Amino acid sequence: MSLDFLNTVIPPVIQQQLVEATGLTLYMVGVSALLGTLFGLPLGVFLATSRAGEIFAAPVANRVLGAVVNATRSTPFIILVVAIIPFTRLIAGTSIGTTAAIVPLTIAAAPFIARIVESAIREVDPGLIEAARAMGATPLQIVTKVLVPEARPSIALGLTLSVVSLIGHSAMVGAVGGGGLGDLGIRYGYQRFMPEVMLAVVILLIALVQSVQSTGDFIARKLDRRTRRG
Amino acid sequence: MNAHALAVARTAEPVPAPEPAVPPVIRLEAVSRHFNPRGGRPVTALDDVSLAVGEGEIVGIIGRSGAGKSTLVRIINGLERPSAGKAIVGDVEISALSEQAARAARRQIGMVFQHFNLLSARTAAGNIALPLEIAGVPKAEIRTRVDELLGLVGLTEQRDRYPSELSGGQKQRVGIARALATRPKVLLCDEATSALDPETTHQILALLRRIRDELNLTIVLITHEMAVVKAIADRVAVLDEGRVVEQGPTFDVFARPRHPTTRRFVSTVTGATLPESLAAKLSRVPITGRNRALVRITFTGEQANEPVLSRVARVINIELNIVSGQIEEIGGKAFGTLIIAVPGDVVTLNAVTSALTRLELNSEVLGYVP
Repeated sequence: MSLDFLNTVIPPVIQQQLVEATGLTLYMVGVSALLGTLFGLPLGVFLATSRAGEIFAAPVANRVLGAVVNATRSTPFIILVVAIIPFTRLIAGTSIGTTAAIVPLTIAAAPFIARIVESAIREVDPGLIEAARAMGATPLQIVTKVLVPEARPSIALGLTLSVVSLIGHSAMVGAVGGGGLGDLGIRYGYQRFMPEVMLAVVILLIALVQSVQSTGDFIARKLDRRTRRG
Repeated sequence: MNAHALAVARTAEPVPAPEPAVPPVIRLEAVSRHFNPRGGRPVTALDDVSLAVGEGEIVGIIGRSGAGKSTLVRIINGLERPSAGKAIVGDVEISALSEQAARAARRQIGMVFQHFNLLSARTAAGNIALPLEIAGVPKAEIRTRVDELLGLVGLTEQRDRYPSELSGGQKQRVGIARALATRPKVLLCDEATSALDPETTHQILALLRRIRDELNLTIVLITHEMAVVKAIADRVAVLDEGRVVEQGPTFDVFARPRHPTTRRFVSTVTGATLPESLAAKLSRVPITGRNRALVRITFTGEQANEPVLSRVARVINIELNIVSGQIEEIGGKAFGTLIIAVPGDVVTLNAVTSALTRLELNSEVLGYVP
């Protein structure tokens, strides 16, 4: 495909916009995935280990946090975005723009990641916890030396899932001036009747999701030592 | 076993712990453990268990699943507290320690598991390093110690292999090396060979015996396989429904099993098994018509080298037929089992058993066949 042809289909001004929007999407998704993991990982570890009979048994706290996580996860993202505007303003100083959009994205991602980490940790063979306890490990050592390292392949796959779903969510933050690919697609492709821009946005998003998924699969495979490789 | 024998077993006094010849490293004093599951019936996992394990001894604790074996190990390493009684390891009463103190004490007790319980994300060397990392040993020291241990269990070549790349026997060697990493005085093996084939079991038992000899380690072997006890244990305790129903030197228990459970275990490994065609026809009560009694004779030590059978035949002058027989070695002593068929009428049978008793042989009437 020659550059001339590309320029006739999508005007250079819009091409510029596409590049910028891709950058914004990567920025929002990247930062919120990072922050979401920062909060979600310990939360997930706590949810998995605070159940009755586990190493940090605290059933009441477990149930309360579980309920909060479920509530956040059941709120539709677009409603979450507007509902927490005062909180967003408190954290980001503004409720509008790309950086502000990171706040609701993170709040949506953290509980999702927490549940993924929780299930990954609960999959770890209880025999390993027993072995670590028999060695005289403290509960914290069990988490850092046994549970999290053993759950890494599942956590990597789960984080990939979270990033993909964050890419989807990021398309909605145009509602609060967040910008990014989804916003561009709505404004030009839909509101200005430019189906070729819509198509370009969709193709870019597909490419993005594909590469995220492939990278995630690759990392998970590298980390997974549970089965013999030929 | 018949109902009478079981009733006797239940009402029998718990067997007192005989003192080992050497000072005990592990001592359980009247340990009981009850569980009260929510919504379930209370369970007594251990009932008044007393046991002493001397330094450098290998003691086998045998029982069927559900006999309380796992609870017993968990009480020895302080992962569980007895409902009554005391567990003393070395010179600390582990059952009375705070959780924090018990953690430190556990580093002095190695543990080997049936399913190895190795971290899949760590290599052989990494797995062996784990207890040292937990104990806060400096990195450089860990490295030399791990290499030493890999050499001890013969896995130097496999140091960077992951568990998924090792055979069952190799995994258990890693498990043993890991258990020995912090130089414990005591090694607890919970069904350590139950997931292994007979050949590998043999090798792992040989390794355990060698490290016991080299390190003067005290080993407690929990198992449901009498063959394991027979191969390696100096002494054995039989656990049944949470009670120690019999304990003593392995040879004595094999030679003169007193409790029905012990007899059952012993019969799984000694040459006392009947040919299947006969076992199918075996009846507990005399049969009318042509009736033969099967008598199992066990003879030990010096007796195994004597012409026992011809003496019996000479003493009572009857026709007697050998059904099966075997002489094997347990704890370095000869141990023979012989099953003979004799006429099943009361008079002959009484004559046979009293003749055997006169010759100081143990005998047991297994039953009757046509």
